[in-house]
Amino acid sequence: MLSWQFCTLAEIVQETPRVASLYLDVPDWQGHMAGQHVDVRLTADDGYRAERSYSIASAPADRRLALTVERLEDGEVSPYLVGELRIGDRLELRGPIGGYFVWPGDDQRPLLLIGGGSGVVPLMSMLRHRAGIGSTVAARLLFSSRSQADIIYRDELTRLGSAGDGLTVFHTVTREKPAGWTGYTRRVDEAMLKEVAWPKQDSPAVFICGPTSFVEAAASLLVAMGYEAPTIKTERFGATGG
Amino acid sequence: MQIEEMRLDGNAIGGLLREIFTVEMTSAVGTCASCGAVNEVGRVQVYAHAAGTVVRCADCEQVLMKIVRGGGRCWVDMTGVRCLEFVLD
Repeated sequence: MLSWQFCTLAEIVQETPRVASLYLDVPDWQGHMAGQHVDVRLTADDGYRAERSYSIASAPADRRLALTVERLEDGEVSPYLVGELRIGDRLELRGPIGGYFVWPGDDQRPLLLIGGGSGVVPLMSMLRHRAGIGSTVAARLLFSSRSQADIIYRDELTRLGSAGDGLTVFHTVTREKPAGWTGYTRRVDEAMLKEVAWPKQDSPAVFICGPTSFVEAAASLLVAMGYEAPTIKTERFGATGG
Repeated sequence: MQIEEMRLDGNAIGGLLREIFTVEMTSAVGTCASCGAVNEVGRVQVYAHAAGTVVRCADCEQVLMKIVRGGGRCWVDMTGVRCLEFVLD
């Protein structure tokens, strides 16, 4: 049975100007799989409730449960989570939820992860899990951000990508062309996927997460390139989240 | 805003479905009553911005399920699902 429970905010890490990771102490947390999410519920004094789903950023073995949340100015929940919530405050959540968009760690297929903005969060859980269990499964992350300043987990991704364990990280930024930048500077397109994606005969496990339009564009490009639709797992955030 | 931009997928109703069915449902497999497509729930289309939640087939976009919750009750219309297969706890 999935029950609502209270947890306590133990640590805040500001990832970008608009994105923060919340490290939570959850009593009796049953553990999770990389890629799962939780539902978070806020209750106002008058009883009004707002509920949103947030992907888990931490690896299953990490000491604390981490959620990485993008603050959306017109959102109902995220401006409270990023900006209002203080260390020691309690937060109501239920989870872990999901069994479709998960990477179990013992899957030996090459891994192709494609993330747009905060869509990188469940993919980061997968990469942290992969590193934590010492997996050397070949993996590629293609991460699309608006600008360099908006790249979530930038330093950690650089570290993970230079560990020499078979992970390569590709960045693209869509709203600027920074001097000295060696990554892509455009939206994900077929030419980019041809350079980044594993050949379809390698039968990669594909996970795509981000805003709906981003996810559907990337998935459609892969299907048009001949990748089997059932091997492409997608998670859409909608237009805004909240 | 275009309606397509608000489209979610079955992952977004993992919590709601688990309230109803009590077990993990995004990896459940459903058969569309309209076109016969067999898809994992994580793949289906979900529109959750209205009063109720509308679930559509990933292949033919016909309505699979409608779920309305409120006042301590839940209404589940599953006319569009021929069969739903899931793992018991």
